Amino acid sequence: MALATDAPKESFRLGMLIYDTRFRSITIQVIVLALFLAALSWLVNNTVQNLEAKGRSFDFGFLWQRAGYDIGQQLIPYTNDSSHGRAMFVGLINTIVLAFFGCIFATVLGVMVGVLRLSKNWLVGRLMTVYVEVFRNIPLLLWILLSYVILSETMPAPKDFRVTDEMTAAGELPAASMMLFDSVAITNRGLDMPAPLLTRSLGSVEVFGVPFNLSAIVFLLIVAAGLYANHVIRSRAQKIQEDTGIRPVTWWKSIAVIAGPALVFLLASGFYLEFPQLKGFNFTGGIQVAHSFTALLIALVLYTAAFIAEVVRAGILAISKGQSEAAFALGLRPNRTMSLIILPQALRVIIPPLISQYLNLTKNTSLGIAVSYLDLRGTLGGITLNQTGKELECMLLMMLIYLTISLIISSLMNVYNNSVQLKAR
Amino acid sequence: MAVSAKSFVRADMLAPKAPPVAQSGAVKWMRENLFSSPFNTILTVLGALVIYWLVASALPWWMNSVWNANSLTECRDIVTAAAGEGATGACWAMVRERWHQFIFGFYPSHLYWRPTVAFGLLFVALAPVLFPAAPRALLWVTGLYPFVAFWLLWGGSLWTPILGLFGFVVLAAVYRALNGRLGVPLATGCGIVAAVLFWMFLDVPLLNVLSSILSLAIEQVDSDQFGGFLLAIVIGVTAISMSLPLGILLALGRQSDMLIVKTLSVGFIEFIRGVPLITLLFTASLLLQYFLPPNTTFDLILRVIILVTLFAAAYIAEVIRGGLAALPRGQYEAADGLGLDYWQAQRHIILPQALKIAIPGIVSTFIGLFKDTTLVAFVGLMDPLKGITQVVRADINWKGIYWEPYIFVGAIFFLFCFGMSRYSMYLERRLKTDHR
Repeated sequence: MALATDAPKESFRLGMLIYDTRFRSITIQVIVLALFLAALSWLVNNTVQNLEAKGRSFDFGFLWQRAGYDIGQQLIPYTNDSSHGRAMFVGLINTIVLAFFGCIFATVLGVMVGVLRLSKNWLVGRLMTVYVEVFRNIPLLLWILLSYVILSETMPAPKDFRVTDEMTAAGELPAASMMLFDSVAITNRGLDMPAPLLTRSLGSVEVFGVPFNLSAIVFLLIVAAGLYANHVIRSRAQKIQEDTGIRPVTWWKSIAVIAGPALVFLLASGFYLEFPQLKGFNFTGGIQVAHSFTALLIALVLYTAAFIAEVVRAGILAISKGQSEAAFALGLRPNRTMSLIILPQALRVIIPPLISQYLNLTKNTSLGIAVSYLDLRGTLGGITLNQTGKELECMLLMMLIYLTISLIISSLMNVYNNSVQLKAR
Repeated sequence: MAVSAKSFVRADMLAPKAPPVAQSGAVKWMRENLFSSPFNTILTVLGALVIYWLVASALPWWMNSVWNANSLTECRDIVTAAAGEGATGACWAMVRERWHQFIFGFYPSHLYWRPTVAFGLLFVALAPVLFPAAPRALLWVTGLYPFVAFWLLWGGSLWTPILGLFGFVVLAAVYRALNGRLGVPLATGCGIVAAVLFWMFLDVPLLNVLSSILSLAIEQVDSDQFGGFLLAIVIGVTAISMSLPLGILLALGRQSDMLIVKTLSVGFIEFIRGVPLITLLFTASLLLQYFLPPNTTFDLILRVIILVTLFAAAYIAEVIRGGLAALPRGQYEAADGLGLDYWQAQRHIILPQALKIAIPGIVSTFIGLFKDTTLVAFVGLMDPLKGITQVVRADINWKGIYWEPYIFVGAIFFLFCFGMSRYSMYLERRLKTDHR
């Protein structure tokens, strides 16, 4: 006699798809997928119909047509005879340059503010708190507009810098003067600063129509090699310290290795600075930076630095007090405690939110539209879009590029994040 | 024999001496907090210099403020007359003359009471959500508020919001009827289908019939007359209240076991987070005409609200996902062990804890959203910052004014955003259950 009987075999009924929780999730997924596909095909169908009704085609041929507009800030050669595609590329470079400098300056300022906000100095701590709260709670657009207006409406005109013979004779000073030993001039037209130039340049090589300055590349390679050599010297010193307890003096070696070859290279190529000079009604020579760029950079840096300061502060506070007390008990001084004990651990907490701040800054560069900065949005999503009427193509391409930039930044920073995370062994 | 009570040891206590000057009071405080080391002293001096510079440049300008003038030149003349040549002074006369544009945009001035009442009611509606001490009965006001506010702001027939509300009643009824048998997602889906069918086929005929019986209409205001902080608050409050539930759903979708739901949620969140808000706003203003059936147009403010909501929802979803991930695994297992189904577990066990962890992130996303409402200026709406300020600065009387409008607008934004962040701190304290 068999005691164990099989459970009665349930036959599958259609109703189980809805009433049985085991199958319900499959039903739901199928419905969701069907709805999604239906919505997608509805959108595509509408788009095709609308394009037909307007008599437009969906193609990217306009990227090879003549652009016909000028771009103020161009880091690769571009004229209004160049193609829309090249204009887009110039805009993309402008976006990246702004984001790059923005991230660097915002990090420096943000870390400083974040650390100072935690300092025992009451006055400085309060001052930093006020800075952080003011900048975090007011829209970025306000800072962009305000700094642009201040730069372009209140700065002196180039003619105010003029010193005439009569004024010299009368001992009068001009209405405005240049800053930093007569090297930088801020006028209502732009920011003039010295340009680094070489008398014996190595020339440049063109790749896909983009010229690369060979001297700059060689210089960067030399500096990189110097940094690597410095790394070798320091790790050797570390090894000696671990073996003998005495760390050899390396600072002069470091300076020699990093700065020496670079200086020799600069001297050999005849490095000099070209200062801006007042000629006629404007400054010539040097580099002129448009106010749209400066204003955006100032606003983005001040705004993002406030957020980064909070990130840094939260990271430092997340490290338990026991860590710093243990470090003091070992006899480490406060700044060594900070650099050897607290910061390496805080970095793990800080980096993930820092990545999202970098991403925010990069996406916020698109606010350049407020001050007519011709970045990716201004060229591809602005003038090109208006001239060609290719709204769909321009917007899709622009979103795709922004998405790619975001993904690249977050994956790069994730690689770095993984390298500082706690390694479980 | 009387023994004199002389002893070598003092019998009564001496009055305590005051501590050394350097160890008490203001001196001690300053030594500890301002001058504890040479580096700190340098910082203190630098900080004092910064403060001095700020005060020295802003205080006279502030003290010489002019409140009564008709133009910037007149302001400057008054300042010069009062404080002498070369003195600077704030020209708040601009704010006095134009404040209504900053607040209401181009809303008809005889109807200012309507947005004002709507704004006042907003606080009544928010009270039971924000503060547990408020009477629970007020939740009815909260539920009805969106429809009342819509009617007050845009005007038109009262039947429009009532029928809109009735669609939600249909949704709730269908959901109640089916929830026991079909489970939450399917019942909600059926409810939504029923409500949409109601709005598509019954709404307009019913509206016509009801309006012909009793019109109940007030003066209509078009969307392009909205502007200033009225616009910012309309977009901000709507998007905030809609993005939270949507964000929760997206976060649950991202954590879900269902592959298709999860893939769609991840794709949506990552796409939205990867592109700037401006491109989405341009999608609302330029591309929707391609994606929707030919000849459909709907209100620009509504389109912008939808896109801003989707944008904020993706960020909220990520914040809540952090909260969900921070919950110990045991909470999920305990909920399963109690025999709760997925939605019961989420409602009673998981979400209350996860949302509590996520509060700071959620509120800072809301603050970001409210600040981002200024970007609607780029699709042609009159936000307070770029839209209205540009209008004011383009006026011949106020040409060249820049500190005053930006300080005025910035101060109002600061009040709202700072208020929100203070509230989130209060909420964190109130919900704190650990004993640290």
